Parts: sequence; structure tokens; C-alpha cells
Amino acid sequence: MGWSLIRGWTLLVYVFMFLPVAVVVLLSFNASQFGSFPMTGLSVRWFVELAQNDAILRAFRTSIILGLLTAVLSTILGVLASLALVRYRVPGSNLISTLLIAPILVPEVVLAVALLLFLNFLSINKSFMLLLFGHVIFTLPFVVLVVQARLIAIRRDIEEAAMSLGASPVQTFFEVTLPLMLPAVLAGALFAFTISFDDITGTLFWKPGGVETVPTQIFAMLRNSISPEINALGTVMILLTVGLPLLGLAIARQMSAKRGR
Amino acid sequence: MSSVTLTDIVKRFGSFTAVHKTSLEVPEGAFVTLLGPSGCGKTTTLRMVAGLLDPTEGEIQIKGRRVNDVPIHKRNLGIVFQNYALFPHKSIAENVAFGLKYRNVSKDDTKKRVSDALELVQLPDVGERYPKQLSGGQQQRIALARAIVIEPDVLLLDEPLSALDANLREDMRVELKRIQERIGVTTLFVTHDQSEALAMSDQIVVMSEGRVEQVGPPQEVYNTPASEFVANFLGASNIVPANCMGRDGNTFVFETETLGRIAVPADKAPKGAAAGPAKLVVRAEKLQLAPRDTPADGAVSVDAIVETVDYQGQAVRYFVRAGDRQLQAINMIDERPFAEGAQVSLRLRPRDCAVLPTI
Repeated sequence: MGWSLIRGWTLLVYVFMFLPVAVVVLLSFNASQFGSFPMTGLSVRWFVELAQNDAILRAFRTSIILGLLTAVLSTILGVLASLALVRYRVPGSNLISTLLIAPILVPEVVLAVALLLFLNFLSINKSFMLLLFGHVIFTLPFVVLVVQARLIAIRRDIEEAAMSLGASPVQTFFEVTLPLMLPAVLAGALFAFTISFDDITGTLFWKPGGVETVPTQIFAMLRNSISPEINALGTVMILLTVGLPLLGLAIARQMSAKRGR
Repeated sequence: MSSVTLTDIVKRFGSFTAVHKTSLEVPEGAFVTLLGPSGCGKTTTLRMVAGLLDPTEGEIQIKGRRVNDVPIHKRNLGIVFQNYALFPHKSIAENVAFGLKYRNVSKDDTKKRVSDALELVQLPDVGERYPKQLSGGQQQRIALARAIVIEPDVLLLDEPLSALDANLREDMRVELKRIQERIGVTTLFVTHDQSEALAMSDQIVVMSEGRVEQVGPPQEVYNTPASEFVANFLGASNIVPANCMGRDGNTFVFETETLGRIAVPADKAPKGAAAGPAKLVVRAEKLQLAPRDTPADGAVSVDAIVETVDYQGQAVRYFVRAGDRQLQAINMIDERPFAEGAQVSLRLRPRDCAVLPTI
């Protein structure tokens, strides 16, 4: 009796969380002018219109470029920071570690305003570079956390064995350390990309005039009217931000299965 | 010519001295073991030879070349680690071939040397597999193949057998020694296991608290320990305080409270032994228990009472009380072991005693 109650309640919670998402996906195929029930028929016309909407396409391109650059920069910086913190004795490594993780703990709005004020103080104008800089700051902790955890699990003697066999420290990194931590590095990069792609708070503060990312574009569109195009856009976003990590996970599994682990 | 020479090596970590001024020579082709309990500095010493640690003071030479400032990847060493340390993302063949990549070896030659090395460790057919698919013993053989395929100047073994099961460990011990003799590589072996050290070494270096206690061939270290530590660490020993009464022909005469008067052959005593207080080492397996009514046959004989019996199958370890001292004796079992509380006679042949150098 008690268990079935808990089961039912859990189910309701999940329904509450995922039903809106399902509704968005469902309505994106609605033929009607109005993005609401009852549905008048199935159609992909909103996807077609989406593909012809220049503003949205521009926003999409911006988001993807921003996401990719964020992922690349965050991953490189995160891997280097993790290596330094785990493999070398850095003075004040605890403090550095905490500072690197801090952006997760500080509310994003505070971080966003702080960075903006700081750059105002330095009289630097808002630019795409600044936006990228902001995104790197708050995706970096995720990369560092994931990569650090993996790096700690890679035993030092494996690297020592490589060096004893004649590989220089750099060769050892590329031959042994990097391949072994690759799943974590890819996971970190994926995290950085999706977080950057999804972000709206920081982006609203930092983006220069005229530049829109997908989330800010949706936000702007919602202020005027609720167009069914937004449902279609939502569906595409869901596909990207959920599908991409799942795909990455599947590839990682495939890779390690081949190694017989 | 010696292959590895350590001259006045010191290693400090902050204010802690892990290795005190130590000098050591490993002859070409020899199998030398650093033996001691954990924290005695043996692994630190090995890591300094490997180039994984820098000595605080002193000089390390490999094949006559000073290597203090030569990084590990330029020292041409083969290292086998306790936990195998194979590359999990590379196949067995790739693991073994790893060191050859940095040595300008042609593809065909690499193939041949890898298969020769796998043949040598008796695992010729596992090249395509990955480390996780092999057992611990097999992985350690691969680690050995990977270390020797590069024809290292020195083979360094850091407790390579201690992660294996007891039975496997003894098989691998024989195997390891066979391979080492076959290729004749100079080997420095680190272990805390005295039976491994005794079975495999040409020379044993017994270490304690960062200092070398004794260096010598296994039989010498076992039979004539240079210190109380060595006597206790290698096998079970009784240390009996004695008073040397002086030399009498070919023997030194010792007076002990526990075992009475013992005339030890002069070659068992350290050079320069003289009258005065001394310590005798009596190996537990040299101390025989006998019923009191049997003849002593020229052996020292004292009465004792069995206090504890530690039955081990083919042998038994007794703790006996003789006078006010408890002694250990390990005897093979003939028919039936003595019971606790039995009144026995302890027998000891004087030539089975060793005399510790007085300091």
C-alpha cells in the first residue's frame, strides 16, 4: 500500500516535469495557426518556416559557433588546470581548485553582473569575445570536475612505465594519459557545449547589441507573441541538447567495449 | 665492472631522511635484492636509480655513466611495477612494442622482438588481447616482457610478485629467475619478502630505517647475520645474551644464562671477537626439542617446558621456556608433536650458533 503510493507519486512528479516538454514537441507538429490545443492536424510547416526564418538561423549559427568555441577553450583550459592540480604540487592548489569550481556556486546573475561591471570599470565594450569569455568561465568548473575525477583514477605508475620505456613527458601525455582520460575530456566538452548552448541569464547580460543566441531569440519572440515556430524551435533544441550527450555516451560505450573492458 | 653504482646517496623529504648515506654496487649481470620492511628506504633507493626521484646528495652511475641529471626516459631501464602498470588502452602486442617505438626499430624487427619476448614469458598467443582480459600473473609476465624487450641496461623490479596469489607467487619466482638468468640482465629487485630474496638473489642488501644493515649472498646473510635486525628479519631467531670467555683453540667459549656453556667454532664468530659481553643468534629451526631421556650426542642440552604449540602441518613452532627466557623452536614433526606443558630437553649443536658483532 505504502509503496504503491510512493510509486504513484513519483510517476506524477515525472509527468509534471516532462509533460510540458512532450506538449511542446507534440504541438510543433500541429497544423493550426495557434500553438495550442485542440490540434487540427499533423504538419511540418512550422519546421519549414523555422528553416526560412533568417533571425532564427542567424541565432542558431551564433549559438553553435559560441558553443563550439566555448567547448574547445573550456576543455583545453580545464584539462591543463586538472593536470596541474592533480599531477604537480602547485602552491595553494586547494584555493585554486575552489576558485575554479566557484562559478557553479555563485548565482549566475551575480556572476553576470559582476563581470559586466568589471569590464565597464576597465572601459571594455561588450563584444562576442566577452560573451565567449563569460561562457568559458562558467563552463570551466564542469570540465575541471569531470576531468579531475578521471585523472585521479589514472595510476601514476602507468605514466612512469611509459617514461621508463623511453617516452618523454609530452609523448607520455599524448600516448597514455590523454587516451585514458579521453572519455572524461569528451564528456567535459559536451557539458561545456550544452551549457553554453542553453544559457540565457549570462548571455542576456553579456551579448553585444544585435547578436542573438537561440535562447535569447526565443525569449525575444515570446515577448511579442506565442508563435508555433517556437514549439518547432523547442523541439530542435531538445533534440540537440538531449540527443548529443546520448550519442556521445553511446560512442564512448562502443569505444570501451572494443577494448574488452 | 659494475652496472649500477651508488656513491654516498642520501634522500631527504623535508626534515625526514628516507635514505641515509648509502653506497652500493650492483655487478654486471647480477641479481641484487633490496630487502627490508616497509619504510626502510628500499623503494626510495630503487626510484632514485630509476630517475623517478632525485637523490639529495651523492652520485648514481649506470654502466659508468653519471645519470643524476639524466631524465628517466633517457636512462634505458626496464621497470616492472607492483601493479603491472600495463597500458589498458593498448593491446598486449602494442604494450610490449611500446618501448621499441622510441628506439628506431624497424617494423619487421619490432614484430619479431615482440613475439620473441612473448615466447620468453610463455604467453605467445595473447598479442591481440587487452590487459583486462588477462589474469594477474599473465599481466605481470607481459609487464616483464615489455621491460626486457628494449634490452635495458638494468632491470628494476618493484615488488613485482606481491600483488599475486601465494601459489602463483612461487611459480612466478622461479619463472622470473629463469628469465633473468637466460637474458643475463643486471637486476635490482625490491621486496619485503625474505623467502623471495633468499630464493632469487645473488646478493641481498638488507635495509632498515634508511640504512644498509648487511650486504652478502643469501646463505651468508642467513647464516651469519651482521645485526640483531637481520637475524630477526630473515627467519625466526632467538637472540641469547652471552659472555665471551675468550678463545680456546679453534673455538670461542661463551657462557650463557639460558643455554649454559657453548663452544662456538671460530669461523662462526666475527673477526676481532674478544672476551666480553656478546649476543648469540640461535635459529629457531636449529633448536631441537627432544625427550629428556635421549642422549645429547655432543649437543648442548638444557631442560625446558613447552608453553605454546603452533601447529603448521609438516612443521611445528614451539614456544618453550628455559630458565627465565622464552625461546622459539621450529621442528619438523616426527610422529607426533610435543604437547603444551611437556617437559623436554632443548638440543643445540654449537656450530649452529652465530655470533653478532659487538658494536
